[in-house]
Amino acid sequence: MSEHHHDHDHSELSETELRVRALETILTEKGYVEPAALDAIIQAYETRIGPHNGARVVAKAWTNPAFKQALLEDGTQAVGTLGHVSRVGDHLVVVENTPDRHNMVVCTLCSCYPWEMLGLPPVWYKAAPYRSRAVKDPRGVLADFGVTLPKETEIRVWDSTAETRFLVLPMRPDGTEGWSEAQLAELVTRDSMIGTGFPKRPGAPS
Amino acid sequence: MDTGAAARATAAVPSIPRDDEGPVFREPWEAQAFAMALTLHERGLFTWSEWAAALADQIKRAQAEGDPDTGETYYRHWLATLERLIAEKGVATTENLHRYRDAWDHAADRTPHGKPIELRPEDFSG
Repeated sequence: MSEHHHDHDHSELSETELRVRALETILTEKGYVEPAALDAIIQAYETRIGPHNGARVVAKAWTNPAFKQALLEDGTQAVGTLGHVSRVGDHLVVVENTPDRHNMVVCTLCSCYPWEMLGLPPVWYKAAPYRSRAVKDPRGVLADFGVTLPKETEIRVWDSTAETRFLVLPMRPDGTEGWSEAQLAELVTRDSMIGTGFPKRPGAPS
Repeated sequence: MDTGAAARATAAVPSIPRDDEGPVFREPWEAQAFAMALTLHERGLFTWSEWAAALADQIKRAQAEGDPDTGETYYRHWLATLERLIAEKGVATTENLHRYRDAWDHAADRTPHGKPIELRPEDFSG
């Protein structure tokens, strides 16, 4: 993918994506498939797509203060040093949750969705209601996800742009002192890296 | 979704990359290609043994052309098999597939970054 030049004025689809879309359109027009039925199948696997590098990145930041600092300063470069991410995209900004501030990410689906970090985007993430409400009423949206925050916690909503994608660095759960990176990574959920959830608590059923 | 259908697919096509819980995908498009084959099978367009034979043939041809077949290219072969079977079954000609591919390319080009890419009739004339 390194030869893939990115033009920010318009969207790009890879040759493979173009062929997949062509097939899907033709099959839909001819009545062989229904997009909703395809979505249902894909949705069943949405947690099983992509290498889920985000969880490893978060776990490393929890255990390695130098890496965490580097990550917050330049997400793209810090993730690049891990060597297991093929393409992080143009500019990855990592935003840290603290007791005073909760971060939340919105974005429309485009060909540059950072699934390399987060896996496949969930269906609700692509939906217009989430996108519009997340900005206007983040606390209400979080409540829908079962996330309640103290009144004094500021909520910042980050809207992904052509150049910039965001990854939330959630707070490390209590009771995980001495845990290994691999153990910690198990606690990091996709939603906690979008900001619509918390990491799993130690001992909670997975 | 009917997880039974996916289970039957992985049983009938043993080469599908999977772990204990079922198929795994490296990229979103791979799941799309998988879902299309699953749906077409349910529509009766082909049997799984027919699919497996066509896929094996596709992989053999790619290997002959130098594909290392390390698993990374698995769903590329899967996609090529879909295109071939669809042409063979008379659902869509190769020319038609190319026309739609070019139209999507055109649609991507005129879509500002960050907006969903949608196909419009004029994309076919560009």
